[in-house]
Amino acid sequence: MKMKKSLVSWALVAGCTFSGAAMAAPPTPEMLSYACAGCHGTNGSSAGLSMPSLASQSKSAIVDAMKKFKSGDRPSTVMGRLAKGYSDADFDAMGNFYSKQKFHPTTQMVDAAKAKKGADLEDANCSRCHIDQGKDGKDDTPVMASQWLDYLKMQAELYDSGKRKMPKDMADKWNKLSKEDREALLHFYASQK
Amino acid sequence: MTLDRRSFIKLVGSASGLALAGCATQGPAVSAGSAADIMPKGSARRVVVVGGGYGGAIAAKYVRMLDKSIEVVMIERNDHFVSCPFSNLYIGGLIKDLDPLTIRYDKLTANHGVKVLQAEVTAVDPAAKTVVTTKGTLKYDRLIMSPGIDFRLEEMKGYDAAAMDLMPHAWKAGPQTVLLRKQLEAMKDGGTVVMSVPLAPYRCPPGPYERANMISLYLKQHKPKSKLIMLDANPDVSSKGALFKKGWKDNYANIFEYRGAKKVTEVDAKNRSVIIEGIDEVKGDVVNVIPPQRAGRIAVAAGLVGDDKNWCPVNPTTFESAKHKDIHVIGDACIAGAMPKSGYSANSEAKICAQNVVALMNGKPTTDMSGINVCYSYVTADQAISVAAVYTVKDGKIVGVPNSGGVSPIDYSQAKSEAIYAHSWLKNILTEMST
Repeated sequence: MKMKKSLVSWALVAGCTFSGAAMAAPPTPEMLSYACAGCHGTNGSSAGLSMPSLASQSKSAIVDAMKKFKSGDRPSTVMGRLAKGYSDADFDAMGNFYSKQKFHPTTQMVDAAKAKKGADLEDANCSRCHIDQGKDGKDDTPVMASQWLDYLKMQAELYDSGKRKMPKDMADKWNKLSKEDREALLHFYASQK
Repeated sequence: MTLDRRSFIKLVGSASGLALAGCATQGPAVSAGSAADIMPKGSARRVVVVGGGYGGAIAAKYVRMLDKSIEVVMIERNDHFVSCPFSNLYIGGLIKDLDPLTIRYDKLTANHGVKVLQAEVTAVDPAAKTVVTTKGTLKYDRLIMSPGIDFRLEEMKGYDAAAMDLMPHAWKAGPQTVLLRKQLEAMKDGGTVVMSVPLAPYRCPPGPYERANMISLYLKQHKPKSKLIMLDANPDVSSKGALFKKGWKDNYANIFEYRGAKKVTEVDAKNRSVIIEGIDEVKGDVVNVIPPQRAGRIAVAAGLVGDDKNWCPVNPTTFESAKHKDIHVIGDACIAGAMPKSGYSANSEAKICAQNVVALMNGKPTTDMSGINVCYSYVTADQAISVAAVYTVKDGKIVGVPNSGGVSPIDYSQAKSEAIYAHSWLKNILTEMST
């Protein structure tokens, strides 16, 4: 039924020689995703220290995050209010768009000793899911490499306070780490590009 | 088609006539345009963008991102742009200079091939599809206008250029912003600051109230015996009302006084006072007059404003003018339904417009709009509140998506986080415009 209806509207569009008035196609992945860039940077490459880069995130990571913002499962300020404005199909479209954007390497000040310590911890604790030093998003695991240290710290605080829920596999590892080890991991991921 | 001498004079003559009627004594006089075709159009299709602010810079960049075969010329009278968002933080002393709010355009040229022409647009000829500037005339295939706002000075008696130097509006960021800050610094402790707010719609609905926060913060820290009085033409706070009122009560109760339904219609610059509806006079040591507004002068001159004579009606999908074909209007100047006149709206509208302009120029179907607005307002040095919304088209109008969007929680539980996010908002949106 839905298919039929959209075919009809396409036929009308063709008939109107794309006059651009009333007959327009539904929002494309670009139409939906460009609107996010005011806060997340062009094509999802963030220049703002507290805002994550969306570029090269896996489709499921984007969809999962948006659904959790929408339901309130993941705590947020504006993201919950915005996510309520979109359908699951919109989230899929955004996921498709951002997963195709090039990884955004950042240059930031990190503590070299902490980053080095983090490298060892990462290998033993995180690398099974956050593959390729966090540069590759697997399933709904987000790309961690090159995210701004401020953003990573804000998320770690949300996890530590219990406001943001961790997957069980992650909680098993994370909760065993000291405060210093956790910080070392964040410096490691921030330094990866 | 080139303009002949006679039609050129006719155009410029009528354009400046309109401009004078619209903005009697505001700002620098419009210089005469030049008829010489300074950028002869080759075989490539051309989009001309007027204005290099939150809307124009993004429209220029995204047209190029979407179709490199289209030539884009962005015309802006200044060689840089100063952001109005966050300029209130400079006035309040939280930002020490305007550099973090200032962008230039060289990377838009280097990265995207946007041609930037520093000139003032003096006239538009929708029939000939030409733009007349102080440096010469250009042809376009499609024109995107993002001219921002000008003031309805005919509704603010006595507020001429000289009065603006004494009682700054600071509603276009730059020297006026610096002037207002200097006046606050020079004021004695125990002085009175007066702000006037016009009836909505005006640029940045929460802007005046955020400014009240920032001036109050400065007074509280440095001149605690002083007062700030806001005279608002609106019957009540017209944006984030409950949140702003809580912020005033919790932080600035002894400093700030809000008076609603007080429409300032006249100023007495010599006396540093404002007059409400020709009757009550309110005197200040520092007076910040935010006059009523309309679409930027060139939009009026080009015949793009609607029946209200102030703002430009547009198609909600393409932002094409309802008055003239092949001309699109975005940002504060246009009527975008439920989307407020904000920097983020202009950014979002520019992208919607760019996508559909490129589609139209390539004979492809246009796409329904999906837009966003996110605005932060600072309340104290480390607290901010926000409004966020998603927009769609319904029955030919731009509306907020039902059951979405809204403002920050009234208990200020997120205000510290939002102050941090606000800085990243600024960094990302200005980086988008300049790289």
